Amino acid sequence: MQSNEPVIVVQNLVKKFGNFVANDNLSFEVYPGEVFGFLGANGAGKTTAIRILCGLSRPTSGKVMVGGFDANTESEKIKTNIGYMSQKFSLYDDLTVRENIRFYAGIYHIPYNIIKTRTNDLLQKLGLEHARDKLIHDIPLGWKQKLAFSIAVFHEPSIVFLDEPTGGVDPITRRQFWDMIYEAAHRGITVFVTTHYMDEAEYCNRVSIMVDGKIADLDTPNNLKTKHNAANMDEVFQKLARGRKY
Amino acid sequence: MLFIEAHNISKSYSKTLAISDISFDVKKNELYGFIGPDGAGKTTLFRLLTTLLLPNSGTISINNWDVVKDYKTIRKNIGYMPGRFSLYQDLTVEENLTFFATIFGTTIKENYDLIRDIYVQIEPFKTRMAGKLSGGMKQKLALCCALIHKPELLVLDEPTTGVDSVSRKEFWEMLQNLRNSGITIVVSTPYMDEASLCDRVALMQNGKIMQINTPQGVISKFPKPLYAIRSDDMYLLKNELVNYIDCESVHIFGQNLHYTSKSKVLNVNNLTLFLEEKNHTGISISPINPSIEDCFIALMTENSTSDAK
Repeated sequence: MQSNEPVIVVQNLVKKFGNFVANDNLSFEVYPGEVFGFLGANGAGKTTAIRILCGLSRPTSGKVMVGGFDANTESEKIKTNIGYMSQKFSLYDDLTVRENIRFYAGIYHIPYNIIKTRTNDLLQKLGLEHARDKLIHDIPLGWKQKLAFSIAVFHEPSIVFLDEPTGGVDPITRRQFWDMIYEAAHRGITVFVTTHYMDEAEYCNRVSIMVDGKIADLDTPNNLKTKHNAANMDEVFQKLARGRKY
Repeated sequence: MLFIEAHNISKSYSKTLAISDISFDVKKNELYGFIGPDGAGKTTLFRLLTTLLLPNSGTISINNWDVVKDYKTIRKNIGYMPGRFSLYQDLTVEENLTFFATIFGTTIKENYDLIRDIYVQIEPFKTRMAGKLSGGMKQKLALCCALIHKPELLVLDEPTTGVDSVSRKEFWEMLQNLRNSGITIVVSTPYMDEASLCDRVALMQNGKIMQINTPQGVISKFPKPLYAIRSDDMYLLKNELVNYIDCESVHIFGQNLHYTSKSKVLNVNNLTLFLEEKNHTGISISPINPSIEDCFIALMTENSTSDAK
């Protein structure tokens, strides 16, 4: 974790849907190369905030800067400068491994000759050369998730958003996935991740916990545990989220 | 008394073998968990149990009813909560519940006692469209709908997937109350920590059952003493432990690394010296009890030689 200019700046973010306040005055910063855990109870407003950070929705009020671009006025620039992956949607089942890579790389305007060399490097690194022409539908889930992550950072974005990337994944692959997250963070890519596995909250540099539209607390896992007198992150989460409204 | 008996069942979809020769039994009034990642075969198995799919081979009976011959009787007597949210998004909470009561020939009033504890939590939102509920509330409504005809068996396919840790704990408390009121429950989950809340569990991977046991039984079968190790630099620590001559396995578990050694007993002094030589500070090595997840990883590793592709 480095301490230079923040790559995400959120100041007094408010998002309303009619009378319902989904994000109630959020403020936080995320730094380059940081693994930032964005936790919260269901319905706490995480998805709303992530959609704004990814340039898919606009704040009702407040300032949101992502990778130096303003979510109010430059959402298209945000989209080209970030990577995104979720458990629910990542790769196209009816395209092959190579076609998926080419498709996503093409969307981000990577020149064809670079796509070609990087594809070979990537497949070699993942040990997937033999599966290059297999349909995504036919490869095991563990490989799929690792490939999806690699594709999300293929264009070397400054930030990658991971929305429950390890849901339903077996315990060994889950840990290999976190090795890949650390490696990306080490290369300077900022990782913004949500998860329902509380052991994974321990692997983040800092963790924010949302309850009822607000950030209930934000700190390093160690500081959170000390502050809330908890043995692990699950206890911290239970203490903060037990009294939620939604 | 055995309530479910499954013998040597297999099921494949064209080339893919989803369930490979598995057998198990569930006792009456048992809370029985199928624990495993996506792709283990849990959903296929539950569709076989609920008579929605036919096995290629093997037999399954529920309360002595055969899933092939007696499928109509079985369907009337079980409650099924599929993995994907299965309620009508454009009906309100109350309309969904009334709908399910009606198709099973009953009313909300008749079986209200059974669902009261759960339904009171969503009753304030009874005029809200089901599609507008948060994840935790959807799950409670789905459970009420599966229960409203007072089934003898509840089959719940990943009811807690994508649900936050607080709602998951609340949901398991509800399941334990239902089991205590006499209902037999079969539930699947990819969350290993939920296994400890079942009476018995079947650990599943790649269409097979790796082990059936009580949660305590699974843990007592863990082959080696397990240690929690930490230092001030966890990232380097893991790489160094992997290369330690006596290391059999090392996996990250939250704030600790879980470690087993090749030799029967870990020489803590030698390992401490090794880590001190690598300039680690804040070293702590202490024996701990394995969790179900430790056991699952050990079983996967044991089986991986035969499954290696």
